[in-house]
Amino acid sequence: MGHSAPRIATIDGIVGEIAGLLGPMLVETVDHADELSFTVVRGELANAMTLLCDGAHYQQLMEIAGVDYPDRPERFEICYHLLSVTRNHRIRVKVTTDEDHAVPTVTHIWPVAGWLEREVFDMYGVVFDGNTDLRRILTDYGFKGHPQRKDFPLTGYVELRYSEEDKRVVYEPVKLAQDFRSFDFMSPWEGAEYILPGDEKAHGEAPGAPAPAAAPVPKTTGKKSETGAGEPANTKAAEKSADAPSKPAAQTDQGKGAAKPEDKA
Amino acid sequence: MSDYMEKLDHTINADDPTLGDTEIQNYTINFGPQHPAAHGVLRLVMELDGEIVERCDPHVGLLHRGTEKLIEYKTYLQALPYFDRLDYCSPLGMEHSYVLAVEKLLNLEVPLRAQYLRVFFAELTRICNHMLNLGSHVMDVGAMTPNLWLFEIREDCLNFFERASGARMHSAYFRPGGVHQDVPLKLLTDIADWLDTRLPRLFEDAISLVADNRIFKQRNVDIAIVSKEDALKWGFSGPMIRGSGIPWDIRKSQPYDVYDRMEFDVPVGTQFDCYDRFMVRVEEVRQSARIMKQCLNDMPEGPIASFDRKVVPPKRGEMKRSMEALIHHFKLYTEGFHVPAGEVYVATESPKGEFGVYLVADGSNKPYRCKIRPTAFSHLQSMDFQLKGHMLADVTAVLGAMDIVFGECDR
Repeated sequence: MGHSAPRIATIDGIVGEIAGLLGPMLVETVDHADELSFTVVRGELANAMTLLCDGAHYQQLMEIAGVDYPDRPERFEICYHLLSVTRNHRIRVKVTTDEDHAVPTVTHIWPVAGWLEREVFDMYGVVFDGNTDLRRILTDYGFKGHPQRKDFPLTGYVELRYSEEDKRVVYEPVKLAQDFRSFDFMSPWEGAEYILPGDEKAHGEAPGAPAPAAAPVPKTTGKKSETGAGEPANTKAAEKSADAPSKPAAQTDQGKGAAKPEDKA
Repeated sequence: MSDYMEKLDHTINADDPTLGDTEIQNYTINFGPQHPAAHGVLRLVMELDGEIVERCDPHVGLLHRGTEKLIEYKTYLQALPYFDRLDYCSPLGMEHSYVLAVEKLLNLEVPLRAQYLRVFFAELTRICNHMLNLGSHVMDVGAMTPNLWLFEIREDCLNFFERASGARMHSAYFRPGGVHQDVPLKLLTDIADWLDTRLPRLFEDAISLVADNRIFKQRNVDIAIVSKEDALKWGFSGPMIRGSGIPWDIRKSQPYDVYDRMEFDVPVGTQFDCYDRFMVRVEEVRQSARIMKQCLNDMPEGPIASFDRKVVPPKRGEMKRSMEALIHHFKLYTEGFHVPAGEVYVATESPKGEFGVYLVADGSNKPYRCKIRPTAFSHLQSMDFQLKGHMLADVTAVLGAMDIVFGECDR
């Protein structure tokens, strides 16, 4: 037993049935998490939908969702969620598009598509060919931009307030009291692509970075320059210290052995 | 005025009594955005011919808060409370779709007691939501008393939510993997008592005032009839599609959690008008009470959330004692869990209809896209189609029978 999300019985051979119905209009079929997605040719969308509605009995259009993938050549994906109340089944139909290419409307099949297409137009700027009432719907009157695009900032561009001097609501460029905070929890072990502080020294690629450091040398404290001790105070001391490690045992033995007779003598 | 009458005297002709009428143009009025019967911030631009509605153009979006955009910048757990604030009259219904969508992407199994608790509180939410809608619908067409009585019930429901989750409205009680905390036994026994005594008494009293009331029927029967074909084409769901005679209920046909173990009936309308939609909701309240009683009888003991520590954070008490739990607690409440890439569309039967969440995950700890399918958006769009040819006074009845909340419609 897995998740407890709505359980929809799979219909045997539904993929083949829809593939046969759509024929060359079908581009790709994806079966993921028990949900079927059919990508169709953009220009043939209206025909494909008519076939699915009348031929395959998907009577209801529940939702049109836009998704923005800025890296793709056709950045917008428009997902239509269809429901069949007689077959008790859901499918998803997708088309891809960009700012310049219009998607055929499906308002003549489902009048509910009117507002759903208006919302996608408002949020992404995708134009629907044949929708006679393609106005903005959720955003403000006179709004500029398409807020659900990935390159639209979360804070937007304008804010409004009631101005006591003007006795009306005024629009102003957005001013943030504190910097916009976006925490990145991706750890360096999981393939984070940003440069951690200090990384630029290792690669010597960061613009304006200091010259690359020399190859790492094992750290020792033996050199005078690193101990900070400086030069010995005088040459005599240097001689002694240079002699000292060479024959310490002999010195003590000699000293002990030689000193006593000298002292006694 | 006298000039006008004088002019009329000369032109009136017995053969053509309308000859002297001056031509009257249709006029346009604004209904809302601040109107007590608009159920929030709705602006209807209506073109009237006398008192007949010729065209109705609803302007929505006045409560648009960019929820979908905000969710893209939050972890999966942080996104959950936004759902309470969509349809603030039935918060748990919204949460239900979202947690099921996340669990479907994770393929996470939920313990049985948590599933029962979710169904139990989802049905309490349905009762709570219908109390508000039935009450305000009745008040929109002129009756005051039932609304006050139904608000008594709603107040009880909100108190129960508070005792379960700590919050009256914005509960954030359902979590991916289960529910946030277990309920005390006393709460369940209190709700059981309430279902047997207070709810039926108050509810049946209030409904008996309007269900057979002549004025209420005059305002609702045969108003805004929607055929089965139109209901399908306009994307109706929930009580609206059942009011149009289609026995479609996601709890029955695509059961989630433990709805497949519940016995309940799906009421449908016969005349497809506003009165039917009202009565469908009335019967749904009784069926919800029935489901809740079955939950109370069958609910097993056991854990209330999955033990998958990579998704469900440990409780605070455990966190204080175990190092492993402390690490998981910290990681899950800061970074959150990662959801494997994929996309799902999960729709549940919220009190208002099909509430869907289309979730696109890219493998990170934040949703790539979270499209919310509100019920009100489709229903409200059909205002023009439903109202054409009706009187201005019917607008409030049609709007009341739709059950619209703008937090959800505008997102």
